[in-house]
Amino acid sequence: MPSNKSVSEEPITQFVNCRILKDHQLQREDLWVREGKILNPEKLFFDEEGYADHQVDCESKILAPGFIDVQINGGYGVDFSQGCDVRGGVALVSKRLLEHGVTSFCPTLVTSPPHIYHKVLPEMEVHDGGAEGAGVLGVHLEGPFISREKRGAHPEHCLRSFQQGSLTDLLEVYGSLDNVSIVTLAPELPGSPTVIQELVKMGVTVSLGHSVADLSQAEQAVQQGATFITHLFNAMLPFHHRDPGIVGLLTSDQLPPNCTVFYGMIADGIHTNPAALRIAHRAHPSGTNTLCGSIATMDMCVRHFRKASGCSVEAALEAASLHPAQLLGISQHKGTLDYGSDADFVLLDDSLHVKATYIGGEEVWRK
Amino acid sequence: MKLVILEDYVQSSEWAAKYIRNRIVQFNPSADRYFTLGLPTGGTPLGCYKKLIEYYESGDLSFKYVKTFNMDEYVGLPRDHPESYHSYMWNNFFKHIDIEPANAHILDGNAADLQAECEAFEQEIAAAGGIGLFIGGIGPDGHIAFNEPGSSLVSRTRVKTLAKDTILANARFFGNDLTKVPTMALTVGVGTVMDAREVMVLITGAHKAFALYKAIEEGVNHMWTVSAFQQHPRTIFVCDEDATLELRIKTVKYFKGLMHVHNRLVDPLCSMKVQRS
Repeated sequence: MPSNKSVSEEPITQFVNCRILKDHQLQREDLWVREGKILNPEKLFFDEEGYADHQVDCESKILAPGFIDVQINGGYGVDFSQGCDVRGGVALVSKRLLEHGVTSFCPTLVTSPPHIYHKVLPEMEVHDGGAEGAGVLGVHLEGPFISREKRGAHPEHCLRSFQQGSLTDLLEVYGSLDNVSIVTLAPELPGSPTVIQELVKMGVTVSLGHSVADLSQAEQAVQQGATFITHLFNAMLPFHHRDPGIVGLLTSDQLPPNCTVFYGMIADGIHTNPAALRIAHRAHPSGTNTLCGSIATMDMCVRHFRKASGCSVEAALEAASLHPAQLLGISQHKGTLDYGSDADFVLLDDSLHVKATYIGGEEVWRK
Repeated sequence: MKLVILEDYVQSSEWAAKYIRNRIVQFNPSADRYFTLGLPTGGTPLGCYKKLIEYYESGDLSFKYVKTFNMDEYVGLPRDHPESYHSYMWNNFFKHIDIEPANAHILDGNAADLQAECEAFEQEIAAAGGIGLFIGGIGPDGHIAFNEPGSSLVSRTRVKTLAKDTILANARFFGNDLTKVPTMALTVGVGTVMDAREVMVLITGAHKAFALYKAIEEGVNHMWTVSAFQQHPRTIFVCDEDATLELRIKTVKYFKGLMHVHNRLVDPLCSMKVQRS
């Protein structure tokens, strides 16, 4: 049955027999897609008197927004911070990520010498995903403005501190902030408040991590506009009952009103104990973002997080889609299945294994 | 009239749905000959719509060659407001079946010229060959569609101001906030429904019992507009036991005694599957 062409000539696809994640719940609803975006079928019916050109039977699977990975250092033999064949490396990783339900991601660079940033950043352009692979939302710069004690595996000789306490420090090291979405820094470094302010003004998300900040330094950073915690619990001071440090942000009452602090947790069963995942999630469920671990893929971490925290399927899925989108300020068109959003989604079975991945309404991977 | 009394809401909804199914299937609609249905909204027909959707899903009934005309729509409520009758029909019926969008007609309560919209609706009904089966409900004040007490029994589609009773009854759909309930609506007239070749009125629940009594056991009266159907050649009232609570025992016994006759209208149950093979 052809669609009425009053608004658009493009074909309309109706995904039927599925349970879609909508309004925080799995609902038995069809999903309609046209021109890569999710379509409002009621408007289509009454305004355009249109209907679907094709129907896709989802065989009762779960249809969830595509996963968004905000911190991935590489994979499949590729290390984004190496600097060789940057475009090839990003292309390979973005293609393989589709198998794990990731439709958008932030390639992450660990602490590196300036020449690496100058070489790599211009080659990691922001671009939409498609059949070739997941979309690049922007680069996540994890370092070098981090704490010596909490550098983890980051190379010590490349660590830096703020000399002027302004963007100049960053531009000297990074070269440009053009393709950058997120910067992780340690807020206890002198000069960080103004740096944070300037980054936020530019639209870059500021994340706290690899840091020995105490709670009040962390709260100050959030008051300046920081909104994320990089791999909670790892590379920061442990929770202490008299000074919870960065972990205390989850329940701090010193945060600006209407401000949500998001936090990434590596839910691979190795970087964090399941009990720790549970404590964090129960303390602040709307901020949870799932991160993948060194060898654990995003979908594995979604499954592990669900099992370990005992949360609902909906909460586990939102931690990997809606919350990262909210963190990056892109939830108007990513991370949800709301009308008008980009049609990036995954089909999952009941145990949350990825069966098919779609970007812009087109199937880009099938098991 | 036929007064069909079933035990409860579920059974009366099912009987009504079976009847509608049989009428459509037996009519055997096609691209040259559509079946035209008049449709209601509100709480009462929900069970009936659910059964009709089941019949579509099982392949026994198709709405491909059915044209529908809804009875009414609020004035001034945005079309995509969750309580608009457009939203009601989409969510409870249209999105689950195979009706073609161009064949689903609902009055536009946001039209620039409401009077013209009403006149156009009457013309669309005429162009479709008139309504074959008009399904309606009854308000606690005995109204059909939004033909409030005092509406002319020969009225046509027009703008009506809603009675207090109706606004109160509708408040539950607007968070019980009377200020949010629309005060005007576009509605088919009593005369419009009387023009249908057949009328089926669904009446369930004790709160509708008095209205049913007034509609069928007292005279034709514009204060209880459903009473107009006493003068229609083919009307069926489908109700549950609770809705008969204000009727004379004699009336109820008589019609219950006719159930074996009435049931021949729904048994055997026809299916489009049989027709195709």
